[in-house]
Amino acid sequence: MPNTETTQRALRAPFRSYELNTAYDEMFESAGATRGHYQALMDALIDMPAEEFRRRKQAADVSFLHQGITFTVYGRDEGTERIFPHDLLPRIVTAQEWQVIERGLTQRIVALNEFLRDIYHEGRILSDGIIPREIVYTCKHFRRQMRGLHVARNIYITVVGTDLIRMPNGNFVVLEDNLRVPSGVSYMLTSREVMKRVFPELYRECRVQPIEQYAQALLATLRTLAPAGRGEPEIALLTPGVYNSAYFEHAFLARQMGIHLVEGRDLVVNNNVVYMRTTAGLQRLDVIYRRIDDDFIDPLAFRPDSGLGVPGLFNSYRAGNVSLCNALGNGVADDKAMYAYVPAIIRYYLNEHPILENVETFLCSEPEQCQHVLANLDKMVVKAVGESGGYGMLIGPHSTAAEREDFGRRIQADPRNYIAQPTIMLSRAPCYIDGQVEARHVDLRPYILYGEKVTIVPGGLTRVALRKGSLVVNSSQGGGSKDTWVLQE
Amino acid sequence: MLSRVADSLYWMNRYLERAEHTARLVEVNLGLSLDLSTASTDLGWARAARSLGMSDIEEQDPVELAQALAFDPASSSSIIGAIVTARENARQVREQISSEMWEQVNRVFHQVKRYSFDELEDIDPRDFAGSVIAGIHLFQGITDSTMTHGDGWQFLQAGRYMERALNTATLLRSHFLEFGFDEEGKINPADHLHWIALLKSCTAFEAYCKVYTADLQADSIGEFLLLNAEFPHSLHFCADRLHAALEALPEGSWTRKSGKVTRLSGRLRANLGFSQIEEVLEAGVQSYLGAVTEQCAQIHKAIYQVFINYAIEAAVEV
Repeated sequence: MPNTETTQRALRAPFRSYELNTAYDEMFESAGATRGHYQALMDALIDMPAEEFRRRKQAADVSFLHQGITFTVYGRDEGTERIFPHDLLPRIVTAQEWQVIERGLTQRIVALNEFLRDIYHEGRILSDGIIPREIVYTCKHFRRQMRGLHVARNIYITVVGTDLIRMPNGNFVVLEDNLRVPSGVSYMLTSREVMKRVFPELYRECRVQPIEQYAQALLATLRTLAPAGRGEPEIALLTPGVYNSAYFEHAFLARQMGIHLVEGRDLVVNNNVVYMRTTAGLQRLDVIYRRIDDDFIDPLAFRPDSGLGVPGLFNSYRAGNVSLCNALGNGVADDKAMYAYVPAIIRYYLNEHPILENVETFLCSEPEQCQHVLANLDKMVVKAVGESGGYGMLIGPHSTAAEREDFGRRIQADPRNYIAQPTIMLSRAPCYIDGQVEARHVDLRPYILYGEKVTIVPGGLTRVALRKGSLVVNSSQGGGSKDTWVLQE
Repeated sequence: MLSRVADSLYWMNRYLERAEHTARLVEVNLGLSLDLSTASTDLGWARAARSLGMSDIEEQDPVELAQALAFDPASSSSIIGAIVTARENARQVREQISSEMWEQVNRVFHQVKRYSFDELEDIDPRDFAGSVIAGIHLFQGITDSTMTHGDGWQFLQAGRYMERALNTATLLRSHFLEFGFDEEGKINPADHLHWIALLKSCTAFEAYCKVYTADLQADSIGEFLLLNAEFPHSLHFCADRLHAALEALPEGSWTRKSGKVTRLSGRLRANLGFSQIEEVLEAGVQSYLGAVTEQCAQIHKAIYQVFINYAIEAAVEV
């Protein structure tokens, strides 16, 4: 229950300009009434002089810069690296909330993995009429080359980053499944390091569940996926190279796991076996954690103009001599149109109710739903099925009439390529902006590992739409991140 | 370690060594031009450019030559060209070198970038060259004290001493081509400053004087720069270090039967270790240095054949 003293204090600096609206607020139940698990943060903020906070913020920025936690800005002078925009106030999740998330994500990943195995083998779900065939076969991420191919332990989805949002009623729902090459986990790990250094007292007081075991868990997961008979598997992370915007993360993870960081040109395939070219000769490789898209991974099997990939890699994969994580062809299951069918997929394979719900989604490929979308463009978020990173999106309430007209035409020209969802007020969390604490919209991306079993480190990347009023959290669109603290029971 | 990483480390240090060498040539020739007539200074610049393989340079104007040596971005032997390439190599293996090393390479890079964009007339090129040399010395010190002295470090050493041996040999060849001496090794008094410049171009003037006194003799200078075992810029010293680095590297099991790289580097070392300067001068210093250069080229080629560009078929068979 809120106490009156807190109510008084909440109105004091630095909370003076904090506003509540229809969105769920992570910190306040109602004006001035702090949620219990945010009390410690509240007290710390009230007691900390603004100058002291600024000093800590500076210390955090310097720490990010020195650790080289940067991303590359394309189209600028070479060597343009920026530190990732970061907000210092932790986003706090209770143990009870986390348990629901954990069970829900586990259920969803197991079902999606089973779905991938099924459509690349018997296709039961298609013959049973649960999912229309054309939605699978017209998906540009469907890989016919994967049909009948056996992957180690039947695990297609090894590393997932699922985007969750919190509805105004407080429930977490899934916004997007990222089953191909999800990124961002390095920001989760490094920002935790920084937070422990900057707010040690608060961190200790809150009793936060640790996430430092992520690299070990990932390595153990990759190990369990080695081809049969390879006792001490050799594992490497395959990166597109230094010019890729996520190169920092690739290097970071390889170093944390103690595995080689390789590029396509470091690998050769001979007699369907993959080798690394080392100064001491060729060294056989068993598991590849690949951070290159399907299209570019093998110029002989996919895009012939790819200079990043390894010729012959796919044949070696097909022969079962090397494991690729994630499997190829996963994109068919995280397609934005397939997303609408995930609750049905969970029910079909597991015979369970989905623990985490979907956002209501309209498929423009269905004529009736398409009519509804076109009639309500000003209230909807429309997304192009094949795009990600916040590109190719129309946010109805924030759009102009001309933009809506343009999108309407595009939808009619290619309905399969669009879906629409009602505009959702993502929940808001306190952020430190220009010396004041203000509410900003956030989402949550936990990272799930699936090998012998499903492992989820308690936490994730909370992405923040730092621009006031914005609902777009992608880093390419002015988003930042903050540390996520899952509390112990 | 990955062959690509070894390749980048090797070239990173070759280019840094080259930048240091060019910077020293610029520094020494600028000093020389204060004392010499214009005509012989011009020859000095042309000689420096030639010894860096920049023979195609049209300009004869000494100021332009000096600027080309320092700032020509199109040449991999100019100071800026070599530093840019070294940094590009470092960037490819940023995770393999220590953060301190990366920061220092970056610092030197930004330093030369800033200079080249300034008004050229405003810079004292000797200050510029001096600061580049100091920056690279600092880098080598940081490398030795922050990086594991494992395979990667050995490739760095191999690159550094390979480049230094080649630079010294080429410089000596062009010098001995131009400046003669009599049978007893006496130099022409008019060339006195040029011989000092040669020694200074190898940071050898003080070290030479400690061994032979300030009495400049062509045979002593030749002996010091070719055959001295303890001076870090002599060919003998470079060959020693090169061989030691290559010997410390484990070769693939499939190449063990050849032992090719160390056989070649060992031969070069023995060659320089057991030569007598009298015999070298008698047989002709040009042909001797030519043979040294040729052997360095063979070692370089062997490094690639054994560690980096080996044929996959040969490596798979075992």
